[in-house]
Amino acid sequence: MFVLHVNGEPRTVDVPGDMPLLWVLRDIIGLTGTKFGCGVAQCGACTVHLDGQAVRSCVLPVSAIGDKSITTIEAVGRTPSGQKIQQAWLDVDVVQCGYCQSGQIMSAAALLARTPNPSDGDINAAMSGNICRCGTYVRIRAAIKQAATGKAEVLQTIAPAAGSAA
Amino acid sequence: MKLQRSVPLADRENVDAGRRDALKLGGLTLAFLWTGVGGTAQAALSARRQPGDAAAAAADGNPPFAPNAFIRIDADGLVRLVMPNVEMGQGIYTGACMMLAEELDVGMDQIRVEHAPPNEELYSMPLLGGQITGGSTSTRGHWQVLREAGAVARAMLVAAAAERWHVDPASCTVSRGIVAHQPSKRSLAFGALAKSAGALPEPGKVTLKDPKTFALIGKPLRRVDSADKVKGATQFGIDVQVPGMKIATVKACPTFGGRVVGINDKRTRAIPGVLAVLQLDGAVAVVGEHFWAAKQGLDALDIEWDPGDNANLSTAKLRGALADKSQSGTPIVAREVGKKPADGKLVEAVYQSPMLAHATMEPLNTTVWITADKCEIWVGTQVPTRCVSAAAKITGLPEAKIVLHNQYLGGGFGRRLETDSVEQAIHFAKQVSYPIKVIWSREEDIRHDIVRPMYHDRISALLDSNGRPVWYGDRVTGGTVLGRWAPMAMGKNGLDDDTVECVAEVPYDIPNLKVEWVRHDMPDGLIVGWWRGVGPTHNLFVVESFMDELAHTAGKDPLEFRRTLLQKNPRSLALLNLAAEKIGWNSSPLPARVGRGLALGEPFGSRVCLIVEAEVTPQGEVLLRRAVVALDCGVAINPSSVEAQIQGGILFGLSAALYSGITIKHGAIEQSNFHDYRSLRINETPLVELHRIDSDQAPGGLGEVGTAIAAPALGNAIFAATGVRLRSLPVDRTLLAQNGNVLKTVVGDNCAESVIDGRARA
Repeated sequence: MFVLHVNGEPRTVDVPGDMPLLWVLRDIIGLTGTKFGCGVAQCGACTVHLDGQAVRSCVLPVSAIGDKSITTIEAVGRTPSGQKIQQAWLDVDVVQCGYCQSGQIMSAAALLARTPNPSDGDINAAMSGNICRCGTYVRIRAAIKQAATGKAEVLQTIAPAAGSAA
Repeated sequence: MKLQRSVPLADRENVDAGRRDALKLGGLTLAFLWTGVGGTAQAALSARRQPGDAAAAAADGNPPFAPNAFIRIDADGLVRLVMPNVEMGQGIYTGACMMLAEELDVGMDQIRVEHAPPNEELYSMPLLGGQITGGSTSTRGHWQVLREAGAVARAMLVAAAAERWHVDPASCTVSRGIVAHQPSKRSLAFGALAKSAGALPEPGKVTLKDPKTFALIGKPLRRVDSADKVKGATQFGIDVQVPGMKIATVKACPTFGGRVVGINDKRTRAIPGVLAVLQLDGAVAVVGEHFWAAKQGLDALDIEWDPGDNANLSTAKLRGALADKSQSGTPIVAREVGKKPADGKLVEAVYQSPMLAHATMEPLNTTVWITADKCEIWVGTQVPTRCVSAAAKITGLPEAKIVLHNQYLGGGFGRRLETDSVEQAIHFAKQVSYPIKVIWSREEDIRHDIVRPMYHDRISALLDSNGRPVWYGDRVTGGTVLGRWAPMAMGKNGLDDDTVECVAEVPYDIPNLKVEWVRHDMPDGLIVGWWRGVGPTHNLFVVESFMDELAHTAGKDPLEFRRTLLQKNPRSLALLNLAAEKIGWNSSPLPARVGRGLALGEPFGSRVCLIVEAEVTPQGEVLLRRAVVALDCGVAINPSSVEAQIQGGILFGLSAALYSGITIKHGAIEQSNFHDYRSLRINETPLVELHRIDSDQAPGGLGEVGTAIAAPALGNAIFAATGVRLRSLPVDRTLLAQNGNVLKTVVGDNCAESVIDGRARA
């Protein structure tokens, strides 16, 4: 029996201690916004926050969590950085299939919380653990910068004259 | 297969005529034009009421106004748009809504999107002859009918208002879901008109808007599905929750076509939460209270496999057999023009393309609940009606008793054009009394992918004394996807058109050519399938890499070489010039081991030119610096979506070219997860700049265009940077090291450093 602090609420779960947080969230608590992609911390689709740090929940045994507070995609919008990131994701229209985006947003929100004005290198370091097969990376980078600066960083689109950016 | 039975034999005569005309459509598309004559499909998709519409509307809450299969307007004014295609990231829900809303005159913020139920009569893709999302056809196939559907609905709503006000319908205007009569200053919202509009007869001919007056089409609009996706609120197939549902995970025999001999489930059954161990001929499943129990149970299961006939199969054997077949097989001529001249400089090359897995971010999964008289399925699929047919066959229930709920797809790329995982889940679900969600692990998803075929191409050309190609020949050798997936779509002569797409016809003015295909089926059990771009992705790599080879053989700049051959093709020439200008092709010299590669193609009814700038490190690592793409896709419904598809498609293609290749050992796929089936990451991603040429031509396809053009541009850039011509994929870095000693040197340096560290620590 474990008491988890998920999105500000205590949740008591009766599960084996080696069960990864991902499956506790999805199959026990019913929060399906956190995604299964690889099961071995290779793709980042399962990223959640543990005391604000981005972690891969698919390899995090529930017994290792203790008192730390868990934030998932369903509640990250309540944090200042999460709210900014989600808004920038909408403004830049990042998503395609969307399956990886919960994890992308969680990684980006954690980055922004700790590095308010990230460089390209910071973005690479924080986001390279998140795979997007649709290839939304160009817009992800733009959206993180936009969330950081508040300025429209969109590289080209959403304005009809495509391409003048560099 | 249902589709093939629907083709009367007499129509076969017309098929080849249709196929020829269809070539300009590209890719998967043309394969299906057997349904009709001269490019006109027989699918019933219509902007107007169909016999089955009443039942469909009744099942959809019986809205007062349902003028066709795509539009439902409720009394409270809610406009629900039913999407004939599925959304797997390509943005078609947004594009389809724009086409409908444009003519209906509602705002994109006033609509709600619904998945279509499986229904061939109402939602068949005209270009594919079935309710199928694939082949970059969705916009092309629906461009006319969805606008017309919106216009029909609008005409009926206007007629209802005009009748109520006793005015001429022509004096009414519509904006944002409100019909107004300006002279009398009266207005009514769609909701208030829904019931009376629903009782009116259908209008005769409707006139579509002049494109100059478009309010939505052509504007870069944000997606309709983003708001939920950024909150994790979108329900994908894997997120489905059904009361009483249990979770299963599966393992099929790693060897293609192998069988289960026996299992020992003692350890499995001891794991808390494990509920059942199920078996099929070639696969086992463990059912648990949750995925973790199922997975632990599966890992603990002792399974004895009979690997069957493929136990010794390897990539090398498959490659060897393919190369042999290219020499010894009987070619089918796909296209021949003129004759090979006697004189000229002959250039020849062999190109090889690997098998590829799809690796959609959402692993394959299906939720099934079978009861005595009903089979209910929740799945994200590109082929909902094929799933229904398969379920009926497996359960013995009539199709009317199969209820399929389509879901958002976490990526498709062609993998979800197959029903194998759905069929497997149904077979397992038959063995239990409760609903089960069957989830494939990533390992299962890659090891049991239905892979893109491998190809072996022998391409050659003759250059005249000016270095201009006067003939080219290509013999493509490989398996057929179409031959299994839609066998009746194969040509009369046995040709699978997809295998020669984008090589049978090239943008260039080359007077003589001969393109052939040698069919080489894979061993039983190794099934090949569609993959983003299929034929064009493979053939453009060959053709555009080879064009680069020809340019260099002729001693010409690759840009100038192509320019000369495009004088009769102004649309593609314009793209070539635009891309070259934007990247500064002739500008300042590049640093050492940095090169630019150019590729041009006309896949899927669009035209595209990509220039990749890449750096190759002395160790042979490839760094992508920049990608500039010029595109002519006809009317761009949503320029923002166009950009997203082109950027994403190019990155998907570059990712495959840099890293992806499925290899086989002992009859099983060697790769298993993202560590050995790598995917491009953000730190490796260059800026991808799109420059679009506006056009009023009918829309071309987009989903696969970027992918199809990526690999040759990369290969040509690597050649420009290193002088090494890559004729097989994925990129082999050992060929790109600056000299034979570089790798050794670097490895040696690193070792020396760590030794020093070790000493220091010691």
